[in-house]
Amino acid sequence: MSPAATTNDPLLERAPVILRDWLTAFLPEPARWLANCLIIIVAILAVFGLLFAFLTLAERKILGRVQNRPGPNRTGWCGLLQPFADGIKMLTKEDIVPRAANPVLHFIAPVVILAASILTFAVIPYGRHLLPVELDAAVLYFFAAGAATELAVFTAGWASHNKYALLAAMRALAQLISYELPLLLSVVPVVLATGTLSTSGIVAAQSGWKWGVVPHWVVFTPWGAAAFAIFMVSALAESNRSPFDLPEAESELIAGHLTEFSGFKYALFFMAEYFAMCASSGLAVTLFLGGWHAPLPALEFIPSYVWFAVKFAALLFGFILVRATMPRLRIDQLTRFAWKFLVPLALVNLGTVAFWSLTFQWAGPLQLLRWAVALGLVAGPYVLLGRGLTTGLGTRTYRFA
Amino acid sequence: MLGSGLLQGLAVTAKNFVGSFHDPARFVTTQYPEERTALPEAYRNFPFLVSESADDPIGTLRCVACQICEKECPPQCIYIEKSKDKKPDANGKMQIYPAVFDIDIAVCMSCQICVEVCPFDAIEMDQVFEIAATDRFTGLILDRGALAKPNRYFHKIHPQQAADVDERLAAERVAIGKKAQAAAKAAVPAPPPAEPGSQPRKAAPPAA
Repeated sequence: MSPAATTNDPLLERAPVILRDWLTAFLPEPARWLANCLIIIVAILAVFGLLFAFLTLAERKILGRVQNRPGPNRTGWCGLLQPFADGIKMLTKEDIVPRAANPVLHFIAPVVILAASILTFAVIPYGRHLLPVELDAAVLYFFAAGAATELAVFTAGWASHNKYALLAAMRALAQLISYELPLLLSVVPVVLATGTLSTSGIVAAQSGWKWGVVPHWVVFTPWGAAAFAIFMVSALAESNRSPFDLPEAESELIAGHLTEFSGFKYALFFMAEYFAMCASSGLAVTLFLGGWHAPLPALEFIPSYVWFAVKFAALLFGFILVRATMPRLRIDQLTRFAWKFLVPLALVNLGTVAFWSLTFQWAGPLQLLRWAVALGLVAGPYVLLGRGLTTGLGTRTYRFA
Repeated sequence: MLGSGLLQGLAVTAKNFVGSFHDPARFVTTQYPEERTALPEAYRNFPFLVSESADDPIGTLRCVACQICEKECPPQCIYIEKSKDKKPDANGKMQIYPAVFDIDIAVCMSCQICVEVCPFDAIEMDQVFEIAATDRFTGLILDRGALAKPNRYFHKIHPQQAADVDERLAAERVAIGKKAQAAAKAAVPAPPPAEPGSQPRKAAPPAA
C-alpha cells in the first residue's frame, strides 16, 4: 500500500488505506510503520486464506457443474461451510511420520512450500493504492521467491524415505525446472516493452485507451497475446495442476511427493498449490491484463481493486475449466512440450517484441505493416513448431491386440 | 492445427457448465433424502412374506413352511423352523406354518429364486432399500414379524404381478371348491370307491 494516497481519488478507492491509517493513527512513528506492515500481512493472509478455502469449494462446484452434478451442497447454505468442515477434518487427522523418514525435513517441507508461495503475494499491485511492497525488481523477486517451492517439493520427496515420493519429487523437479524457462521467457517481452521490472511501473505503462475504447494492455498486442498464452500454460505447469499434475499422478505414483503426508501437513501442501495458482494469476493480471485498470474509461468509477478481482477470478475460472477438460500428459510429452515448443516460441517472441519496440513510431499504412509482421512472427512459428510437435504421432494402431 | 482439439474440449466443458444451470435434461441429480425418484415397478431387492390380512400379518401367512426356498437359496440366507401344530390356511385346509422364518439380508443376493420356486406365492420381492442397521449381526436378520406384509402392500409395489398371483390363487380356490363339490357328490352314492381313486395318487411320490 503506497502511503501517498492522493486525496483527489474517489473515497472508495482510498478506503483501505484510510482504514489502515485510522487504525494506526495513535501510534508514534516507528511503531506505526511496523503496525502498518503487520496490518498488510494480516490482510493478505486473511484474504488469501479465505480465498483458498472458497476456491476449493468453487473448484468442486464448477467441476461438478461441468459433469452435470451440483457439487457439495450439504454443509451450510449451498455448501458454503464445506471448506471449514474440510479444515476441521484435516486438523483432527493424525499426523503420521514414517519411522524411516527424516522428521525435521518432513516437518519443514510443507512449511517452506507455503512460506515461499505466500512471499510472492507481496509484490502484486491489487489496486491503485494497494501494493504491499514497492520493489524496483519486483518481477525478479516474484520468480526468485516462487522458485523456492521447487526446493520444498524435492525436500518433501526426499524426507519421506519412500521410493514413490522420491521418484515423484524428481519428476516434479524436472517439470518445474523445464517450465521455469518458458515462464521467465514469456515475462521478458513485457519487461522489454515497458522498460521496468517494477510491477507498479508495468501496470502504469498499461494505462490509457487507444481511440478511447481499446485499453493499452499487453495482451492486446500480438507478442503480448503469445506471451500471455505461454505464461498461462507454464503457470499451469508450475502450479502442478491438471493437465500437468504428473508429480501427483495417482495412477502411477500414489500421491507423489504427498504420499507420506497426512492431516494438516497435507493441507499445507494443498494450500501452497492454490496459493501458487493465485500468485500466478495475480502476476498474469498485472503483466498482461492491465493490472487494476478498468477496461473502459466509463467504468473507472468502480474501484481499481474490484477490477483486479474480476480479472483475477476470470483467470482462476480458466484454470478450473482447464482442469475439468484436459487429460493428464505423459512425462515425455510434458518435457517435449516445454523444450521443443514453448521455449522456442518464447524465444522467437523476444524478437517480435524487439521489432515491435523498434517500430513504435511507424504510422499510417506502416502501422498495418507493423501489425502484419508481428502477427506473422507469432503465428508462423506457432504453426511450424506445432507441426513439428505432432509429426509421426498419428493415431496409434495395435497390431497384436 | 495444434490446439484446436483443446479449444473444442474447452467448448464442450463450458457448454456443460452453462447447460447444467438451465437445462433440466442435463442436470439430472435428485437430492435424495428430500426428493425421491419413483422406483420402477420391476425394482426388487429383498424378499418379504405375503400374508392375507393386514390385521394379523403373522397369523395369516401364506407360507406353509415347505422349506423349498430354504433349500434352493444359493447363499443359504433363509432359516425356517416348522410348527408342531396346524392351522387352517386361506382355503380352509389345515396346514403347518413357519414357527421361525428368518432371512439374513446381509447375505441375501436378491436373486429372486425363492420367489420363483415358491408353490404358494407366499414369498415376494420387496422394494425397501433403506435397510441400514447399527448392528450387522442382529439388525440385518429379519424375522417373521419384520418379513410379514399384507397382500395389499404387494399390490401397491408390484400391481401387475400381484394381480396375476391373485388371479391364479382365485382359480385354484375355484378348482378346490369344484373338487370338493364333486367329491361330496361322489361320496353320497358310493363312498367306498372314492377311497381307492385317491390312494394311488398319495402313494405315487414314494414310488418315484
